[in-house]
Amino acid sequence: MKSATTGTRGMFTSDRGMNNFNNRMFTFFVWGISACIILFICALLYLILQKGLPSLTWDFIMGLPSEMEEGGGIGPALFNSFYMLLISLLIAVPLGMMAGIYLAEFAPENKVISFVRICVEGLASVPSIIFGLFGIALFVEMFQVGLTIIGGAVSLAFLNLPVMTRVTEEAIRAVPQDMKQASFALGATHLQTIRRALIPTAVSGIVTGICLVAGRAFGESAVIILTAGVTTSGEMWDFNLLSPGETLAVHLWYVQSEAIVPDAVSISDKSAAVLVFIILMFNILFRIPLWIKERKSR
Amino acid sequence: MQPIAMSAKDLSVSYGDSPAVRKVSLDFAAKQVTALIGPSGCGKSTFLRSLNRMNDLIPNCVVTGEIWIRDQDVNSPSTDVVSLRQKIGMVWQRPNPFHKSIYENIAFGPRYHGVKNKKKLDEIVEESLKKAALWEETKDRLHNSALALSGGQQQRLCIARSIAVKPELILMDEPASALDPVSTSKIEELIAELKQDYCIVIVTHNMHQAARVSDKTAFFLNGEVVEHDLTHNIFTNPQKPATNDYITGRFG
Repeated sequence: MKSATTGTRGMFTSDRGMNNFNNRMFTFFVWGISACIILFICALLYLILQKGLPSLTWDFIMGLPSEMEEGGGIGPALFNSFYMLLISLLIAVPLGMMAGIYLAEFAPENKVISFVRICVEGLASVPSIIFGLFGIALFVEMFQVGLTIIGGAVSLAFLNLPVMTRVTEEAIRAVPQDMKQASFALGATHLQTIRRALIPTAVSGIVTGICLVAGRAFGESAVIILTAGVTTSGEMWDFNLLSPGETLAVHLWYVQSEAIVPDAVSISDKSAAVLVFIILMFNILFRIPLWIKERKSR
Repeated sequence: MQPIAMSAKDLSVSYGDSPAVRKVSLDFAAKQVTALIGPSGCGKSTFLRSLNRMNDLIPNCVVTGEIWIRDQDVNSPSTDVVSLRQKIGMVWQRPNPFHKSIYENIAFGPRYHGVKNKKKLDEIVEESLKKAALWEETKDRLHNSALALSGGQQQRLCIARSIAVKPELILMDEPASALDPVSTSKIEELIAELKQDYCIVIVTHNMHQAARVSDKTAFFLNGEVVEHDLTHNIFTNPQKPATNDYITGRFG
């Protein structure tokens, strides 16, 4: 017993000094980077919200914009943001999910399908302005409808389709195989298995995808400038699909760079705050059903 | 002697070019438990999975030969896989309940097959859970998640789930190998109970288990059935030297 207590080094003192040092350095490094990122995000949010939120009024949110005088609102632009988001999701989510399910469940493993997969991945990272140009070619030049809400919404849907497809495919693939087999062994058809076993298990991943594309669609500007324009019809609650469809993000860009109203800076501050606030809300709201579901399954 | 519930004739299965099961012929009697034993990779699980055509899901898996249930050939192209699998329940090694409530797990199969009446579903759920000896433990929390159950309970839930579609046969692929001894013995008791109504085919690595639960045992080696006899005979008086070596633990 004597030998264990003699000397300065105890029984469990590490003699792997360098490894330990590296380990600590790495932990410290990762911690530091994470802290920096969180700090940066918080600072950004604070900056935007602190500038905009205090002076935010209901009149501003619902009011009509003005071209020359002070005190214009963002009502129609905000409405267009939601309206176009809704239409584009109505197109992109079902189509994207169907394509994703096809790629995950039905597509044969061959060269054509691998090529399609590469294309989808490529499309997901194409700059959004390219989709805007495509929207111009389709709606302005081919259909001759000009800059419209429907043109913007469909172009946004195209922009989001590849992301939605990809995310759905990944989510469905991540469902454990034995879940699928169990469903088949109970005499389920492929459709029943997809609807009742695969999608419910993959729903968390799919909702993440919807959040992602909704946020992107809400904040998108390039596509909308090209396909829906930088003006609104100037009326609130204008459901006409052929009206010009400036959204909040575009309005923000417009007042910052082109507008001649005297309070442009204040408008853009407030618009930015509203935009950020809504996108934060999206991410929380979409998750609430998932949280409830997770709670239940604990 | 019980009537034959299912019989395989010259069944061969291969994955691509490598054969896994070679010309196996086996009869399974109704209301009896047949154990399939053998070393890993001997083809017993593959054989089991071909009985309800689960191998259809694996690309490049080729199955030849015949499997007869009464006057129907399972492997015939005209067989409707969906109604076939309704007749043959399956339980896996790892419990795989759906991420749903206990009730929904059981009601899953019957719903597929068109049972919509709430009262009828309630009855099926209760009956299946009772048959799987899980009713007492779960009757107060039918709408809680199945994932909150213990491993052994989950496995019994999976058995209840397969009973709920009223099968005639139940295939079990090492149903207790991921469970602790207490849960294992509960599953074994359950198997003894279930064989009064069903023909059960069970793959197991545990020879004591095979000896305890089965009426007949088939010993697989390299994709072939070496010996198929009453369990008692296999374990006390095997006819083939390979069987003797395996059950005495000299290999495998």
